[in-house]
Parts: sequence; structure tokens; C-alpha cells
Amino acid sequence: MTPLARHHSIFFLIMRRLRAPLLALIVIFAISILGLTLAPGAPDATGRPTSLSFFHAFYFVSYTATTIGFGEIPESFSDQQRLWVIVCIYMSVAGWAYTLSRVFALLSDRNLQQAISTQRFLRAVNRLGEPFYLVCGYGETGRLVVDALDRLRYRVVVVDSDERALGESELQAYAADVPALCADAGNPEILKFAGLTHPRCVGVLALTNDDNANLAIAIAARLLAPRLPVLCRAETRETAVNMASFSTRHVINPFEKFSEYLALALRNPAAWQLLIWLTGLPGTTVDRHRAPPHGAWVVCGHGRFGRLMVEAMEGARIPVTIIDLAARRDFDHPWVRGDGTGAQALQQANIMRAAGIIASTHNDVDNLSVAVTARELNPDLFVIVRQNQAVNHALFDAFDSDVTMVPSKIIAHECLAVLTTPLMVPFLEAMKGRDEPWCATLLERMTECHGWAVPSVWSVRIDLSQTPALYLRLMQGASMELGTLLRPPHDHTQPLACEVLYLSRDDGDDILMPDRDTRIRAGDELLLVGTPAARNDLGFTLGNEFALHYVLTGEELARGWIWRYLTRPRKTITAATRRDPVSPDRPPV
Amino acid sequence: MNLEKVIFGFFIVLAATLNFGFFVGEVDNPLHHDIYELFAALVVSLIATVLKLGDRTQIGAVQLSTSLVADLQLIAAAMMWGYAVHVSATGLTPELTSSIVSLSGGALFANVVSVVFLIAETIMQRR
Repeated sequence: MTPLARHHSIFFLIMRRLRAPLLALIVIFAISILGLTLAPGAPDATGRPTSLSFFHAFYFVSYTATTIGFGEIPESFSDQQRLWVIVCIYMSVAGWAYTLSRVFALLSDRNLQQAISTQRFLRAVNRLGEPFYLVCGYGETGRLVVDALDRLRYRVVVVDSDERALGESELQAYAADVPALCADAGNPEILKFAGLTHPRCVGVLALTNDDNANLAIAIAARLLAPRLPVLCRAETRETAVNMASFSTRHVINPFEKFSEYLALALRNPAAWQLLIWLTGLPGTTVDRHRAPPHGAWVVCGHGRFGRLMVEAMEGARIPVTIIDLAARRDFDHPWVRGDGTGAQALQQANIMRAAGIIASTHNDVDNLSVAVTARELNPDLFVIVRQNQAVNHALFDAFDSDVTMVPSKIIAHECLAVLTTPLMVPFLEAMKGRDEPWCATLLERMTECHGWAVPSVWSVRIDLSQTPALYLRLMQGASMELGTLLRPPHDHTQPLACEVLYLSRDDGDDILMPDRDTRIRAGDELLLVGTPAARNDLGFTLGNEFALHYVLTGEELARGWIWRYLTRPRKTITAATRRDPVSPDRPPV
Repeated sequence: MNLEKVIFGFFIVLAATLNFGFFVGEVDNPLHHDIYELFAALVVSLIATVLKLGDRTQIGAVQLSTSLVADLQLIAAAMMWGYAVHVSATGLTPELTSSIVSLSGGALFANVVSVVFLIAETIMQRR
């Protein structure tokens, strides 16, 4: 459905379709009125027949045609007039019935309704005055992402070709209005209507379950809005390579992402745990997983996902046995041809001695069946299950696997981490480079302070627009340490419930986990983790010069001109201090 | 030959001629101005307006607007007539008559513009 051109407004569309009924009404009214003025009425005092004037005739026809029927006004009609009125009544009732039936038929017309909703969508998108993300595809992944973005107070525009899925978006209780259009997102025109070239659009997420559509979105965004970050979901390697070939910045293949996670978990469990904790969906709590053991593993199902799992295991030098219904494809690893849901195949794969199992078929019921059977045979197994459908989450929750791999969640986590906190990626990279004990200590310390609920992770750039108070103070030559800054604006003796994970400097001199005595410079970008309240407090401190002054010095700054004059530095104070515009004011003597 | 053009041209010209018929005569003499002619001019003008609804061409849009102007002027004149005859105590005085006729004169001008557009459109079409 393409929107109408600008000059074809809905109003004229309706008027055009109502031309015939309108003409019929005008003609019926004209004939009735004319007839009434010509028909001889009751004779007057001199015996000459009177007749209705146009004014009275119009009045009479108006209330008769609309079936209001006040009676014969201003005087009783003659029989000639009544004869004509009978004709008028039948004509006008037919005319109105025809008009109304056309109006209702028009209003229930699907095409017109779609035109109206498209027009409304266009207007809503054009009016968006805040930064917004364009999300293409409102499936399981899209819903998770839209939900989280809305929670983080970002505006979102949604395009999906499935009308039922979009209908649900209207039922969701989002904080902000989410304009939604039912159309094919692979069509560049549709993307333009949805705000791809809108100056406030800050990112495009191609999350449809069709790789070709995602590819089309990626290329449209690359050509029409080259400055925008584009996040694309890619289910196959070929698509991912294709997207990367025209420099799409973020291609997310959930299976590859998970195999990266698995490799990290095998190499450095604490870093993996930290990553899960930091990139969780806001408002959820993550579980503490046990570290995947380094014994022999069994992979059940050698499809796209299973193959990646085998590669990840191989990378960690872990022996793997594969169970698959198909004939042997992989000659480097032991291959059991059989049905993993039965005990026989599992026993053949030596499940009793195995340390872990990955149920990686594309069928949820099979995966659960494999996992349940395997755990019965060997209760100590580390179980990783692939969950394909979000609707089955109750079953997977009840089974309580060690790790449940949900593609939609992995994509959502990745999108949010990339979009909302760009510093997260360099931080995670830097963290992966550290050794296990360092990560373990960090994890212990963090979760002790903040608990296992997913914390608020945000970044702050020290510049004029984001942190005006701090920036001005730094420009005036003040210098301060991180530790003194991270204090709540109501009590400066307490530390603020947040920590700096990563500090990015303009000169490329980045610091992982900067100490509390690190000096802050203008232009620094900080990645912080903490409670939402701490985030609010810090935002207030950095933007308000009085709060900042209090946090740094513990003294209140005088606000009005008179009070500042009264509390101005006395002559006894040295000249050097007096020139300092941010020197603490003394209380009046 | 396009039937739509025939019908529309007919109504536009008829609206202008009826309007002219009502307009000619001494401006303040009620005897020179027939109420039935005003009624006919108004109805024909309304029909011409509805016929132009939804025309997507530029000239069609302008014709719709001039036609709307004529409707407005004629409705004002008709309301004035109704007021003079039924509401005011004095009846159809020369003053009221002259204002009714001048309103219809305005409508006549709008109708003339419509006719000019009609001619222009016809000339532009080289078929």
C-alpha cells in the first residue's frame, strides 16, 4: 500500500466517490422546492390562491426530506400542494437513503481505511520531534527490541508486513506512541515513508525473519541514509557476507553470536557471565550459570547451528560426538546416526561419560526431549538447549537447562548493546582480553554491589550538550578526579551507586576500569554501570552547576545576585582565589 | 467527444447565463430581477461545483474554487432575499434589492472566470 500523493487528500477522495449522491440530492431538493413555490395554496382573504415563497419552501423541504416533519408550516396546505408534497417525500427519502448507503459503503471500504491509516502513519512519522529508531519486522525479536527501546525512553517506528503482528503492537502498553505501518519493509519507498530519511532517525534495525528483506533494507539504508547505523539480522552466512560487503556496520547472526559466547564461556566463564549480566534486557534478572565443563560433549543435530557449535568446541580443543539422523557429513568427529530423542543413540554417543550436551535441532519438542532424556541418563550433564519459538518458553523454563539459546533474545541483546551504549563493544573487547581471575574479581565485586538484576548501563560524553556544568568547570581550568564526581547530589560523603567501566579519550588512550583517582578531561566518554537512580543523580549533577559545586566541595553555592554580593569573597582573601570564578563562597559574617 | 466535458461545459455556461439573466436590469428595482432565475442560477452553480469535485488537474482545481466562490455569493444573495421578504418589516426595499443584485454580480464575475478557464482548457487541448 503506497500512500497517496500530497495533493490527493482523503477528503477529496471521499468527495469524488460521493459525487453522484450529492448531485442526486441537489436535483431532488431543487425540483421539490421549485414545485412547492409553483403549487397553488389555500386562497387568501381576497380569494386569490397564495403560494409558498422560496424561503418557506426550502424550510419545508429541509425538514420533510430529513424526516423531521414539523407539519404544514406556515399555513395548512391546499390539496394541490399536498399532492406535490407526496412526490417530494418519496423522492427525498429515496435520495437520502441512496446517499447514506453510499457513505457507509465508502467508510467500510478496506482500501479507503488503509489509505486513512497510511496517511495517519505518515503524519505521525513526520511530526516526530525526538530521535527515533526505525524497526523493520515486528516478530519475536522486533517485539523484544521495541519493548526495551520503549523502556529506555526512545521513540520507535515499526514496519511489518503482518497485519496481525502489528495489531498486537497497538495492544501493548507502550509509554510512547509507536507509529506502525503494515507494508513490505523491503520496499525503499515504504522505508522512506517510515522515516528512513527523516532528520530525527538515529538508527535502522532490520529484524524481519526473511534474509532477503533484511538485505534489501540494509542496502536501502546504505544508499538513502549512509550516516545511519544499520543493524541487520542474518540467518545464513551468505547473507551476512553480502551485507558486510557493502559495509553494513552491524550484522547479527544469532547462531554465530551464540557460538562466540560459547567459545568465551569455555575460555573465560567469568567474562561470559559478566557479558550476560551487562547486556541483559532492562528490567530482567539474570541467573548465575555454572561454567561449562571441559569434558567430552555431545551435539545433537548437525544443522546450521549444530555445525557452529562443533566449531566452537573444536576451537577450545574439546572432543565432540555428533548425533544426527542424516548420513555422516563430518569425518573429523565421531558420528552417531540415529534419533537423539531416544536413549539408544545417546548411549551410543557415550552420554554417561560426557560432560555436556547441546540440543541444537530446529524442533523445540525434539530439543526438549533430547535434553530430558540425556539428563535422566546423566544428571550432572551441562545442558544447552536451543529454543526456536518464543511461545514455548514455559516448557523451557520448567526444564531448567543450564543455558537456553533463544535466537530472538540474542539479537535483541546485541541490538540494544550496540545502539544504546556504543562504548559497550570496545569495553567487551577489552574485557575479553583480560584473564579469568581479573574478570572473576570484577564480577564478584559488581554483583555484590548491584545484585543480579540487569543494571543500568549508559554512556556519558563530557561536552557542552550532555554535561554543561562539568564541561564549563573543566574549561575554567578546574581539575577533578572520578571519585569526587561520583557522589550523590544530596549527600556528598556517600559514593554514588555506580562505577565507570570504560573511559574513552579522544587521543585513543582508552582505560578499562579507570581508578577513582583518574583525572577527567573534556571530551572524555565514560561507560557507566549502576542503578537507574544513580544514573538520574549523575545526570543532574553533571548538568546543574549548583549540584556539581556541592558534590565537589560539599558547600552550597549562593544562587541570587544579592546573596552572592553579600557572600562575596572579602578583601582578606588573596587575589588569586578571588579571580577563581568557581571558588566556594563563604557564609555571611 | 467526451460526455463529461459536454455536461460540465453545459452547467458552467448555464450557471453564467442564468446569473447574467438575474443580474441585468436596474440595480435597485425588484421588478427587474426574478427570484426563479436566482434559484435556478444557484442550483445550477451547485451542480457545477459537485461535478468538479475530485478533478485531479490543476485547471480543474481552480475551476472548483471559482465555482465555490459563485456558490457562496449566490447563497448570500438568496439569504438576503429571504431576510428582506420574511424577516425585515420593510419588505424588498431598493437598498436591499441593490445589495442582492450586487452579490449576484460578484457571483457573475466568478462564473465568467470559470467560463474563461473552460475556454482556455478547450484551446489548450489540441485534439
